[in-house]
Amino acid sequence: MVIRKQHTFLNVGQREYFFIPALIVGVCGLFPLFYLIAKAIDVEGSYLIENLFRSRNAKLFLNTFLLTIGVLILDILLAVPAAWLTTHAEIRGKRIFSVLCTLPLAIPGYVMAYALLGLGGNNGIFSALFGKSLPRISGYWGALLALSFYTSPYLFLNLRSALLGLDQSLEESARSLGHRQRSVLIRVILPQLRPAFYAAGLLICLHVLGDFGVVSLMRFETFSYALYVEYDFVFDHHYASWLALILITFTGCLLFLETHLLKSVTLYRAGHGVSRHRSSIPLGKWKSVGYIFLSLLFIATVAIPAITILLWMFRAFETSALNGLLEALVGSVGVAIPTAVCCAILVVPFAYIGVRYSSRFSNMIARIPYVIYAIPPLAFALAIILFVGSRQTILLLICACILHFLAEAIGPVRSSLYQASPNLEEAARSLGCSPVQAFFRSVFPLLIRGLLTAMALVFLATMKELPLALLLRPAEYETLAVNVWDYTSEAMYSQAAPYAFLILLFSALFVGLLIRKEEA
Amino acid sequence: MFNNQSIQFKYFLPILLLFTLIGYVRADSLLLYSGRSKSLVDPIIQQFEKETGIEVKVSYANTTQLANKLMTEGEKSSASLFWAQDAGALGAVSKKGLFAQLPESILAKVPKTFRHSDGMWVATSGRARVIAYSPDRVSVEALPKSVFELTQPKWKDKVGWAPLNASFKAFVTAMRVQVGEERAEKWLRDMQANGAKTYPKNTPIIEALAAGEIDLGLPNHYYLYRFKKGNSNYPVQQTFFKANDVGNLVNVAGVGLLKSSDNRETALKFIEYLLSSKAQQYFVSEVFEYPVTEGVIPNTNLLPLDELLKIVPTFDLNEMDDLEGTIKLLRRVGII
Repeated sequence: MVIRKQHTFLNVGQREYFFIPALIVGVCGLFPLFYLIAKAIDVEGSYLIENLFRSRNAKLFLNTFLLTIGVLILDILLAVPAAWLTTHAEIRGKRIFSVLCTLPLAIPGYVMAYALLGLGGNNGIFSALFGKSLPRISGYWGALLALSFYTSPYLFLNLRSALLGLDQSLEESARSLGHRQRSVLIRVILPQLRPAFYAAGLLICLHVLGDFGVVSLMRFETFSYALYVEYDFVFDHHYASWLALILITFTGCLLFLETHLLKSVTLYRAGHGVSRHRSSIPLGKWKSVGYIFLSLLFIATVAIPAITILLWMFRAFETSALNGLLEALVGSVGVAIPTAVCCAILVVPFAYIGVRYSSRFSNMIARIPYVIYAIPPLAFALAIILFVGSRQTILLLICACILHFLAEAIGPVRSSLYQASPNLEEAARSLGCSPVQAFFRSVFPLLIRGLLTAMALVFLATMKELPLALLLRPAEYETLAVNVWDYTSEAMYSQAAPYAFLILLFSALFVGLLIRKEEA
Repeated sequence: MFNNQSIQFKYFLPILLLFTLIGYVRADSLLLYSGRSKSLVDPIIQQFEKETGIEVKVSYANTTQLANKLMTEGEKSSASLFWAQDAGALGAVSKKGLFAQLPESILAKVPKTFRHSDGMWVATSGRARVIAYSPDRVSVEALPKSVFELTQPKWKDKVGWAPLNASFKAFVTAMRVQVGEERAEKWLRDMQANGAKTYPKNTPIIEALAAGEIDLGLPNHYYLYRFKKGNSNYPVQQTFFKANDVGNLVNVAGVGLLKSSDNRETALKFIEYLLSSKAQQYFVSEVFEYPVTEGVIPNTNLLPLDELLKIVPTFDLNEMDDLEGTIKLLRRVGII
C-alpha cells in the first residue's frame, strides 16, 4: 500500500518533472520514423511495383526468415542442454561453466564473423596450425554460426534463471496425481519455462533482424544487408526507406506478439508453503557426455574465435598500425563516454515513472526506450539521416547512440530505485524540501550505484556498436568497430586483428559486469 | 544541495569535453571527396600535406555514393575536389555542370584519351580489368578467352565477382556501350545462373582465390600486386582476355575541381601534385597502376602502356556516363 500512499502525497505538479523529459526523449526517438514513412510513400506506384514487388525481395524475405528460424533452432540446441546441465545435473564446476556459457556475449557478431572467416581457407589460422585447410564458412551457414554463437547466451541466461526458479513441489504434486515423467515435462515443467523462451526468443530475433555486420561480412543477403547496399551503393533513399520500414514492421510484430503471449502467463505460488528447489540429478555414465558438451560449446563459441584473433594479430603486427589503432580508440571512446553519461541522466525519468507511477499511460511511456531499442539500428540510422538531411556529425552519432542504448541503462537504475523507499522522499518533503530537492537529497544518493552500473553498461555497449557508427559518423571519423568491419570486408584479416582484439577486451568487461550484476 | 551529484560531474565533464574536442578540432582546410579507398591514397595525401603544409580533409566513400551526394548538394557542397574511382562517375558529375574547367597548364600534362573533352576532369592513373585465376586449379590453356565464356557450365560456381563495386559498374556500362543492353543483361543473368560468387570488393576476390573458394575472378589488375609484394609465391595469377574484349577495359581514376570550391588555388595545387612525377611514380610503384603522364619509370609487373593499348576495347571513356542505366539494369537482373 506504500505506493498508493505515495500517489496521494505527491502533488500533481511534481509529475511533470519526470513525464516531460520522458516524453521529449520519446518524441526524439520516434519522430525520425515519420521521415522514413514520408520518404517511402513519396514515390510513384509504378516505382513500387517495379522495385518492391519483385522476386529479389521475396528472396530477401525468405533469407531473413530462414536465418532467424535457423538461429533460434541452433540456439535451443546449444543453450537448453547447457542451461539444464549447469542447473539441475550433478556435475562439478557449475558456476565456472555458467560463466563460460555466458562468455560468447563478449564476441560481437561481426567479430565472430571475422574470426570464422579468418579460420578457414588456405591462408587461414587452421591451415597455419594444422597444415590442412578447412573450407571457409560463409553465406547462410557462416551467418547462422556467427549469430547463433553470439546470441546463445541470451537464451542460456534466461533459461538458467527460470530453471533455478522451478518449484519441485509442483512436479511432485503432478506425479502424485498420476502423471508420468513425460507428461510432467510437458504439462508442468515446459509451461514454467515459457516466459524465458519468449523473452530470449524476442531478444534473439531482434538481434538477427537488426544485425548488419554478420550478414554483410558473410555475404548473406537479408533485408538489412540490402538496405545497406541501397544506401551505400545506389544511394536510393526511397528504396532504402521501404526496406527499413519492412524491417521495422517485422520487429514491431515481434514486440506485439511477445506482449500477447506473455499476458496469459501466471507463475507464482498462490497458497501457503515454501517453494522447494530440487536436488541435482545424478547423470551416471552420461556425466562425461555432459562435460564434453559444455567444453565443446566453450571451445567452439569462445576459445576458437579468441585464438584466431590473437594469432592473426601476432602473425603480422606492425607498429605502424598503432597510430590508426589509437585514433580509432579515441574515436570510439569519444562517442561512448558522452553516450554513457547522457543515458544515465536521461534514464532516470523513465525508471522513476515505471517504478513510482503505475497507470496505463505511464506504463506506455516507460516502454518507449524498449520500443526504440527494438528498431533495427540500420533502419534507425537511416531515419535519422533522412531527418537531418544527410549531414553526418559526431553529435548526431552520439544522439542516436543515446536513444538506442537508453533501454540498456534502465535495468540497473530501476533496481536501485526499488530499494529507495518512497518514505524517504515523503520525509524530505515533510521537512520542507521542494519536490526536486526532495528527489536529489533523498533518492538520488541511493541511485548513484545503479547510475554508475548503467553508465558502464552503456559505455561498453557503445564501444562495440557498428551500424549506427557506420552510417552516422562523419567520413573521417574512425571507430574500432568500423575498422574491424572495413578491414574484414577487404579481406585484410591481419590488419583487422588488433581492432577486433580491443573490442574483445571491452566486450569481456561488459560481460563481466553483466555477470556481477546477475549475481548481486 | 547537489553535493553528491557534483562529485560525479567533477570527473565526467572534463573527460567528456576532452574527448569530444579531440574529434571536433580540425583546422579549416581543403575538403576532398575520395571514391578511392583510404589504404590506396592516404600515403600520397599525407606526402602532399607534408610538402605543402596544406591540410587535406578527406571524406572517403564509394564513388557512386559521392557522385550522388555531389549531385544532391549541388552548388552548396562544401567539398572542393572529387577524386573518383571511375570515368563514369566523373562523366555524370560533369554532365550536371558541377565541375569547373581546369586550366590548360594542367590539361596539357595528360594525353587526350585520359581527360574530359572539355577539360572538366583529368585522369590521375589508369587501371585495367583482368581475369585472375588460381594456377593450381586452372591451367593457362584452359583459361577463358572472353568474359562471355565465363557463363559456360565448366565454370559453374567457380567465378568470383564484386558487382557492387564501382569498377565493376563501369565495366557493365562499357559492356552496354560495346555489345548493347540486351546482351549485357543476358550475360549478367547467365553469370548469376552459373553461380557467380559475390564479394563486396576486389581484394576479397584475390584472397578467395588464394583461400581456394573460387578458381577465377574479375578484379582490377593492381590488387594482386599488393599481395605479391608481401609474398612473391602468392598462389594467384592474372592475365587479359583476347584483344578488344570488354573484359580488358582500362578505366581511369580521375579528379575534378568543383565549382562550389571556395579555395580553387589550393585545390588546383592538389591536382597538380597528383600529376607530378612523384605522385605518378607512387601510383606506379606502390599502387601498381598505369601512369597517365610521361617520364615515369615503368613497373616491370605491368604491360608497357603501348602494348596495353593494343588489347583494350576501344571507345571514348566519356561515353560511360550513364550510371542510372547501369543501376536500372542491375536492379532488373536482381543483383541489387
